[in-house]
Amino acid sequence: MSIKKTSLYGTATAATLVLALTACGGSGTGGGATAGGSYDKNATVNIGSLYEPQNLDNTAGGGQGVTEALNGNVYEGLFKLTDDGKVEKLLARDYKVSGDGLTYTFTLRDGVKFHSGKAFTSQDVKYSLQKVLADDSQSARKSNLEVVKDIATPDARTVKVTLSKKSISFVYNLSYVWIINSQAKNLKTTEDGTGPYKLDKWTRGSALGLDRYAGYWGRAAGNQKVVFHYYKDATALNNALLTNAVDVVTSEQSPDALDQFKSNQNYKVNDGNSTTKLLLAFNDKAKPFTDVKVRQAVSAAIDDKKLLESVWAGYGKLIGSMVPPTDPWYEDLTKVNAYDPAHAKQLLADAGYAKGFTFTLDTPNYDPHPTAATFIKSQLAKVGITVKINTITPDEWYTKVYKNHDFTATLQEHVNDRDLVWYGNPDFYWGYDDKQVTQWVEQAEEASTTAEQTALLKKVNEKTAQDAASDWLYLYPQIVVASSKLSDYPLNGLNSQFYAYDIKKKG
Amino acid sequence: MARYLLRRLAFLVVSLALASVVLFVLLRLLPGDPANALTSVGASPEQIAAARHSIGSDRPLPEQFTHWLGQLAHGDLGTSFVSSLPVGPEVTSRLDVTVPLTLAAFVLAVLIAVPAGFVAAYKRRTWYGALLSGVSQLGIAIPVFWLGMILIAVFALNAGWLPAGGFPPDGWSQPAEAVRSLVLPVVTIALVMSASLIRYVRSATLDVLDSDYLRTARALGSSFGRAMWRHGLRNSSVPVISVLAIELASTLLGAVVVESVYALPGLGSMLATGIAQHDYPVIQAVLFVSTLAVLLIGFAADLVQRIVDPRLRGRLSGGAR
Repeated sequence: MSIKKTSLYGTATAATLVLALTACGGSGTGGGATAGGSYDKNATVNIGSLYEPQNLDNTAGGGQGVTEALNGNVYEGLFKLTDDGKVEKLLARDYKVSGDGLTYTFTLRDGVKFHSGKAFTSQDVKYSLQKVLADDSQSARKSNLEVVKDIATPDARTVKVTLSKKSISFVYNLSYVWIINSQAKNLKTTEDGTGPYKLDKWTRGSALGLDRYAGYWGRAAGNQKVVFHYYKDATALNNALLTNAVDVVTSEQSPDALDQFKSNQNYKVNDGNSTTKLLLAFNDKAKPFTDVKVRQAVSAAIDDKKLLESVWAGYGKLIGSMVPPTDPWYEDLTKVNAYDPAHAKQLLADAGYAKGFTFTLDTPNYDPHPTAATFIKSQLAKVGITVKINTITPDEWYTKVYKNHDFTATLQEHVNDRDLVWYGNPDFYWGYDDKQVTQWVEQAEEASTTAEQTALLKKVNEKTAQDAASDWLYLYPQIVVASSKLSDYPLNGLNSQFYAYDIKKKG
Repeated sequence: MARYLLRRLAFLVVSLALASVVLFVLLRLLPGDPANALTSVGASPEQIAAARHSIGSDRPLPEQFTHWLGQLAHGDLGTSFVSSLPVGPEVTSRLDVTVPLTLAAFVLAVLIAVPAGFVAAYKRRTWYGALLSGVSQLGIAIPVFWLGMILIAVFALNAGWLPAGGFPPDGWSQPAEAVRSLVLPVVTIALVMSASLIRYVRSATLDVLDSDYLRTARALGSSFGRAMWRHGLRNSSVPVISVLAIELASTLLGAVVVESVYALPGLGSMLATGIAQHDYPVIQAVLFVSTLAVLLIGFAADLVQRIVDPRLRGRLSGGAR
């Protein structure tokens, strides 16, 4: 759903003036794996991030930062999305689905307390779900959860949710719903969750601290305190890591800076899987991209591997479709419309564009889009296509491209997991309209088993890839750089979540 | 003097009122819709309309303006569109960073520039006088962010003596840490600021050195030091004070850059974030507070000049203006 709109200060410019650090060669092993030996149970883990929460309420525009800091750490859902994309039970001890797939009965875990001390009951689940669905809710999952018709609470341990139509993603979507104390106030600046940490202090513009919650129902956090430190640009963040002001960077955005960490045994550079795709999105309703051959030709004429190499220096992945490896219906489709300029020329000739054509590429003005646009321009020139680069601000993109569909082709990054389903919506900005795909997407959502859902979405995946509905240039890397004293930190950070409770720090 | 003060105060209020109108109108002329920052990309037109309604950006401009003025009159700086949190407390907490930063940098710059500028003028024919002038010329050409990056590289990343940026989350309740994190930013601003100040002090001093009254005083038997102290300094300080005021004001406004380089949670970085998000209440509040500060600095500078130079008092307080 959400496409990253602004990378505020995203352009970490200029050479990083870092004086040579002693290169010791050979980075450690193990990544987020458990480190051997003892660790400090009362350690403070300092986390560096570029994403400060706007406020602390994820239904009131708290943004990506509030998910990163509070999801799973302070607030918990009935279900949890693990770092490798699986859905597990959390505050729900069990659940049953009725035969028609419309009624979900959840049994809640016992002995759970909110940070305020109040016991967790079915009322809180009802309240939390209603909060996401409320008129003024800005929750990113609101539209997915609008299938909820009725929420009943027969007793304190049971919640019965009735849906207006089948929704196989319902349980997955619930992993985004924070369970909040129904009596809590001032949720924009304070919290009342059930998680392993409670909020210590939030200093706007600077830092957000969490403290281990002594009354936690589950396994206690592996550290005493977590402090998220917020930075506006990648250089400042890297400097903080180099001077030990922070122990780990949740998402490294400056590939130029990686060498200094790779060559230093005090740090570990982890290459995880993100869910952020860089798209060359065609307007499938605008000429010449109405013609599937033209879309295939453009896709085949661009050497994605070389682009990824030049932007991310070997990090990241080629995907060949909208689906990242952490989605259940992932399959490797990089061979479909793979780089083949000769074939691209042939396709163009078949489509009646033997002499090529000219089109305008609306390009957001922040990294990596201008770089990618220039690269695409030079690649397409080789097959006779002329690209006019039109640089626009995120605001213009939103109005011109997203709302008014007034474009021929554009560049954009799409950040969420499981967002293949947008190809089933013919009114979405890229205008891909295939009745079969729309039907598969609908059937997938109403499937009775996840296996059935997965099979259908794999079909969607293959069909959209063959149709070159868009050109999926590459999957961004998810690079977590950490002090080698840390272990057990999340590597993939799906949808910006960053579970901090397992992190262990050596003394 | 009382009449002068009153008039000056009226001028202050009128300027502030005018500034607030300009501020408000200019912001609304910027392209972009604040509702975009509030809704996710999947938002329907109804959701966008609801977002506009909730922040009041769908109301007519005059109504929005009077609403804002009404809030200001009650000491309320408004509510952020993006965070929906009140702006006032955030401005206050960020002043905890920006005010000490600006004042310390200003004092340090003056401590460097006044003696250096005097030496550069008085000893202009010696090699070190010339060197001082040269270095100050060079200093003016150095961009603040570049100097900041150099200082970070040398003193934080390489030597490890000082933090590379950031401010302690507990602020001034950890005074030592807070001071440590302000050292490099203060030095950065002070060095750049003193470079231009040295030149002003130097030329003001040169004027005095060449003046008739100094020659007269010395001819009447006064020592150089005594003549400078009684006549020279007073005369040279009047133009220097206006320059100081301008420098102080521009330092406050220029804190944006330094706060960004050093990741300080000050007013400058608040403004930068506000602009990026079209968060009008935040931008308005920060600019309003800065405008107020600049006007007050100008006011203070005028007063100090009058105290230092009695001629100004005589000339202007009677209403000649």
